[in-house]
Amino acid sequence: MATITVEGIRHVANLARLEFNEEETEHFTEQLARILDYIGKLNELETDHVPPTSHIHPHQVFIMGSEAEASHVAKPDVVKPSYPREEVLANAPEAEEGYFGVPRVVDRSH
Amino acid sequence: MEGDSNTEHMKIQTTDTSPQGKLERLTAHVLHEKLKAREITAVELTESVYARIAAVEPHVKGYLTLTKELALAQASRADTGFQNGDDMPALAGIPIAIKDVICTQGVRTTCASKILETFVPPYDATVMTKLHEQGVVMLGKTNMDEFAMGSSTENSAYQITHNPWDLDTIPGGSSGGSAAVVSADTAICSLGSDTGGSIRQPAALCGVVGMKPTYGRVSRYGLVAFASSLDQIGPFTKDVTDCALLLNAICGSDAMDATSVDVHVPDFTQSLINDVKGLKIGIPKEYFTEALDAEIADRVHTAIAVLESVGATVEEISLPHTEYAIATYYIIAPAEASANLARYDGVRYGYRNESPEDLMDMYKRTRSEAFGEEVKRRIMIGTFALSAGYQDAYYRKAQKARTLIKSDFDAAFEKVDVIATPTSPTPAFKIGERTADPLQMYLSDVMTTPASHAGLPGISVPCGFVENGLPVGLQLLGAPFAEEKVLRVAYTFEQQTDHHRQKPPIATDGGVS
Repeated sequence: MATITVEGIRHVANLARLEFNEEETEHFTEQLARILDYIGKLNELETDHVPPTSHIHPHQVFIMGSEAEASHVAKPDVVKPSYPREEVLANAPEAEEGYFGVPRVVDRSH
Repeated sequence: MEGDSNTEHMKIQTTDTSPQGKLERLTAHVLHEKLKAREITAVELTESVYARIAAVEPHVKGYLTLTKELALAQASRADTGFQNGDDMPALAGIPIAIKDVICTQGVRTTCASKILETFVPPYDATVMTKLHEQGVVMLGKTNMDEFAMGSSTENSAYQITHNPWDLDTIPGGSSGGSAAVVSADTAICSLGSDTGGSIRQPAALCGVVGMKPTYGRVSRYGLVAFASSLDQIGPFTKDVTDCALLLNAICGSDAMDATSVDVHVPDFTQSLINDVKGLKIGIPKEYFTEALDAEIADRVHTAIAVLESVGATVEEISLPHTEYAIATYYIIAPAEASANLARYDGVRYGYRNESPEDLMDMYKRTRSEAFGEEVKRRIMIGTFALSAGYQDAYYRKAQKARTLIKSDFDAAFEKVDVIATPTSPTPAFKIGERTADPLQMYLSDVMTTPASHAGLPGISVPCGFVENGLPVGLQLLGAPFAEEKVLRVAYTFEQQTDHHRQKPPIATDGGVS
C-alpha cells in the first residue's frame, strides 16, 4: 500500500474535478494518510485465492467482465416516451433552445 | 405466547388508550383502525402532526422541507375514500416523512447538499409511487448527512438535527432526520436509506424501529445513488407491526432497477408472531469487545436473555472477519460514490459556479464550492482507490475482503436463524464530539457495516436505555430474503418489553427537556 503525498492529492483532486487551496491540500493529505493507514489493515488478510464480490446477487445482475457466468437481466426493447424536455431542462442552470448551456468549448476562430 | 399473532395484534390495538388530540403519538396500524371506524379523519390526523411539528420542530430540526398543503390535499383524498366506505390500504391517510435522498416529483430533493439546493425531480422514486398507491400523506423531506455520507447528520449543508432524547446529542446518521421525526412524534413513520447502517444506527440512537431490507428487496429507482452495491431503502416506525406494513408497501422487483430481485414478496404481517420457540439466535463474539460501551453490552445481553426466556435457543457464533468491515466499507463505498457523484458537474441540474474561465474550470469550481467536506473526502478516497496503480491494492483487495465477510455470514446462517448484536457501540454522542476526527466517526458504523457488505436484512429495535436516559438498539440480522424470521424475532421481543412505548422527554411535556 502507498503513502499519500501532497502531489498525489493534487493528482487525485484533478481526476475527481475538485480543487483545493494549500491549506486544504495539506489537511486532506494528512487525513487521507490516516484513513489509508487504517485501511492498510486489509493487508493482514490472505486473499490470493479469494474471488472479489462486486455484488451480492451476481446471478441476477448485469455484470461486465470477470463474472461471465452471470446471466444478464435485460428489459424488453420497447420505445416509451421520456420525460418532457421542458421539465428536464427546468432544473438546468442554463438552457437554450431546448439544450443544456455550457461555457464555450470550441473556439470559433478556427 | 398464547394464541396466534392476530389475537396478540388485536390486544395491542384495544389497550392503546392515548388521548384524542395526541394522534401523532400513535402507530399507523392503530390509526388505520380509527380511520376505518371513522373515529378520526386523515385531515385531523395530519393537522395534529403539523401542530406537533410547530411545537417541537424548532428544537429537533428534522425536516428540510415541509409540504403541508400537499399533505392536506392527500389527507382529504384519503378521507373521501374512507367516507365512501372503500377498502382502503393499510397506509391510506397515514402521515409519513421521506428522507431527502428519495426523489419526489415536484418537491425539492436536496440530499442535504448545496449542489442540489434547487433540484426539483421530474419523477417519483418507485417507493414514492408505491406509497402514493397506498394513499399516504407526505409530510415533508427529512434532514440527513450530505448524500447520506455520515453517522450523525452533522454533515448536512443546511442544519443540525437534534436527538429528541437529549437535544445536545446527535440523532445518528445518515438518516438522522427520518429517525428523529418518528421519535419526536412529528411523523407517524418515515423512509430512510441504509448503505452502511444509515437506518439501523439512527433508529437505535433515537429509540425507534428501523429496518434495512435485503439488498434487492426494494427498488432503488429514484434513490439518489451513493454506493450502488450497498444502498437500500427502508422504514422507520414506532413498532414492528408498522415496519411490516411499510415493507408490504415498498418491497418488490422493478423494471426500473435491474438490481431489484424478482423474488416472492410475502405478506410481512404474517410474520408478526409472538413465538420464537425453536428458533436459533446466534451471538457473534466479535461484536462484544472492549470497544463496546458496557451499558450497551448489558442491555443487549438482557434482551437476548428475554428471547431465550420465551423459547429461543441462543448460541455463540464467530464472524471472524468482522474487524475488517470498516476498512472494507471505506474503500468500497467511497469508490462507488466517486463514480456516482461524477454526475454533479453543473450542467444538467443543481448548483453551477457563475464565472468559470472554461468548462473544466466550471466543473472544478462548481464541485469544490458546492460539495461539503465529508463528500469531498469520500470522493478523494474513492478516486484514489480506483486510480491507476492503486486499484488492485485497494479496491480489488476490499472486494475480496467483502467476500470473506459475506462468507462468515453464509456459514453462520447454516447454523442459526437470526443473529443478534448491538446496533451501535455507543449511545448517541454529543453534537461536535466526533466531527474533528473522520476515522472516529467512521468507527460508529462498526456494528452495521458487516451486514451491509453481505446485503442482509437487519432491524434495530429499542431494547432499553443507558443510565443517562439515551436509548439502546438491538440489531437482528437474517439471511438474504429472510425478513420474515427477523420480523418474527423482533415482534416477539417487542411483545415482552415496553421500551418501544417510551417517549422522549420532548414528547411528554410538549416542550423541551
